[in-house]
Amino acid sequence: MENNQNVLEVRNLKINFNTYAGTVKAIRDVSFDLRKGETLAIVGESGSGKTVTTRSIMGLNSPNAVIAGGSIMFKNQDLLKKSRKQMDAIRGNNIAEIFQDPMTSLDPTMKIGKQIAEPLIIHKGMKREKAYAQALEMMKLVGIENAEQRINNYPHQFSGGMRQRIVIAIALVNYPEILIADEPTTALDVTIQAQILDLMKELQTKTNTSIIFITHDLGVVAGMADRVAVMYAGKIVEYGTVDEIFYNPKHPYTWGLLNSMPTMDTSGTELPSIPGTPPDLLDPPKGDAFAARNKYALEIDTKQQPPFFKVSDTHYAATWLLDPRAPKMTPPEQIIERQKHYAKLTHEAIDEHKDKHVEEQEEQL
Amino acid sequence: MVKYLGKRIFYIILTLFIVSTITFFLMKFMPGTPLTNQAKLTPSQIHQIYKQYGLDKPVWQQYLVYLAGVVHGNFGVSFQFSNQAVSYLIGSRMGPSLIIGGQGMIVGVLLGLVLGSLGAVKANTWIDTTSTIVSILLVSIPSFVLAVLLQYYLGLKLRWFPIADWGGFIYTVLPTMALAASPLAETARFMRTEMVDVLSSDYIELAKAKGLGKVGIIYHHALRNSLIPIITIIGPLTVNIMTGSMVVENIFSVPGIGEQFVKSVLTNDYPTIMGLTIVYCAMLCVVLLITDILYGLIDPRIRLSGQSN
Ligand SMILES: Nc1ncnc2c1ncn2[C@@H]1O[C@H](COP(=O)(O)OP(=O)(O)O)[C@@H](O)[C@H]1O
Ligand SMILES: [Mg+2]
Repeated sequence: MENNQNVLEVRNLKINFNTYAGTVKAIRDVSFDLRKGETLAIVGESGSGKTVTTRSIMGLNSPNAVIAGGSIMFKNQDLLKKSRKQMDAIRGNNIAEIFQDPMTSLDPTMKIGKQIAEPLIIHKGMKREKAYAQALEMMKLVGIENAEQRINNYPHQFSGGMRQRIVIAIALVNYPEILIADEPTTALDVTIQAQILDLMKELQTKTNTSIIFITHDLGVVAGMADRVAVMYAGKIVEYGTVDEIFYNPKHPYTWGLLNSMPTMDTSGTELPSIPGTPPDLLDPPKGDAFAARNKYALEIDTKQQPPFFKVSDTHYAATWLLDPRAPKMTPPEQIIERQKHYAKLTHEAIDEHKDKHVEEQEEQL
Repeated sequence: MVKYLGKRIFYIILTLFIVSTITFFLMKFMPGTPLTNQAKLTPSQIHQIYKQYGLDKPVWQQYLVYLAGVVHGNFGVSFQFSNQAVSYLIGSRMGPSLIIGGQGMIVGVLLGLVLGSLGAVKANTWIDTTSTIVSILLVSIPSFVLAVLLQYYLGLKLRWFPIADWGGFIYTVLPTMALAASPLAETARFMRTEMVDVLSSDYIELAKAKGLGKVGIIYHHALRNSLIPIITIIGPLTVNIMTGSMVVENIFSVPGIGEQFVKSVLTNDYPTIMGLTIVYCAMLCVVLLITDILYGLIDPRIRLSGQSN
């Protein structure tokens, strides 16, 4: 099936930053795939390396960044080996990005029509007239009313939500294979957030674009993503389908993230956030970076980094708790509830090819 | 717009009125007299002269007469050059000052923009360092030192330009260079700061994400956004040029209002001093008005908020 193809393969990515204080090891061996037409969410607390990962794909890391290893394969070519000029030809054409704050990401002195038309003029060599006509189509597609008039407006004449629609129009105007959305709704209020997310989903079904959706808020992931990768201190610690991550999480860090996520019945009450702070990436700990904040930490966690343990064909987690020799731990109560729900889900959905893994998980409960 | 203009012009008139009043009374209470060799004159001669210039009347009456004159562009008669109207004196000396002032401004701002942009685009390289050193030097060397240095090296030693005096364009080169230094340095410094700011903004990041190259980013997005705020320093730069011209015109013997101003101060030529003060003030007001209008025309954010108000 076409949609099982990988459009992007990140392998063993390592990114350091040279600073006066020393070398910040921001990305420490990250690998993941992005499939055609899917949405991959990358979640994690701030500082976990989500933005640096996406900047590396775009070739837009700050000048003090050093690629310490790995590859980013796109169309059989390693993006990390491309020159700045070659990346210019890919950015905004094959890979586009939308940013966090729509209030500041548009040029305040340029009419929005021109801003949307710009990628067409740059990459497709379109004449002004044709590019503007297409920009107009794009404005309608992202739901800007009175597009014919508003094409001549400046950014300050639009609300935050409308501006993010414009940013999306700019990103999608060349129908890129990959759209990177780095916290695209964090700066918007909740009702607008939902509208923007709906718009992104709607456009994705129309264009079959693959989306890398970056967020620190698991709440917005559920309705949006197909798969989820959880990042902590420059590493991916767990990844799986959205159901696997939400209802059968294995990594204590994922447990912590899920427990600090607001739900219907926790709204208004104080949420338990994960105690402690992420490690100093100037000098990352030897073992599991999460050990210091992890009340389920084993002795080995302080000595050796856990490898990925397979939970299912699509679900992997890097925690020693999954090692067969590890003592059995009872996850927090909320997580047990989630896993019960997951058991129900899987019985209903995959009754026909119920596989071994699910049984294993049920045993663990 | 019309309402805005009207309001601004009213404030300009108010400013000029206040400035005229202040200068008038300052001059009145200043020690010294316009008579160069008072000791040689008899009291009746002095009285005669005072009467001729209206100085025998009560101060408040002199003030009203003066104000009435100012309204009609009449600043009285010069003490120094008897029988010469101050307005005529100023008018005949306006040209050279406007030429070297205007040239100095244009050259200074343009070079400053180039220097500042280079510094920002090549931030933290030797180009940036050079551009910073040049602007620090130009801003810290007093204009009379610079003028004398230019005169000595480019005029006396190399003989590229006339040392002083006033003739054709060639005579304007050295004074222009001396006057351009300050606006050049200020503009470069300001432009560098603005542009570094703009280059690190989110919309430049988005422009990169669009695949726009380095040149395209600077040309299409960074320049305009950093240029707009530059308009706001044109006013202060005009003041720099005005004060600079008093020194520079004297050193290069340019027959302009700056040179006249210094002469008038030295000879206690009150009517000319007052006239020139008001003219300087009026010029500054006009420049400020023009830059404000320009700012509104160029910046879409201001343009529109002005309309809705
Ligand atoms: N230019 C830089 N120089 C030094 N450290 C950096 C730089 N950019 C990012 N980092 C560091 O890399 C880590 C990951 O940052 P980032 O990817 O922005 O986190 P996230 O997007 O997940 O919040 C952080 O510790 C941050 O301090
Ligand atoms: Mg980030």
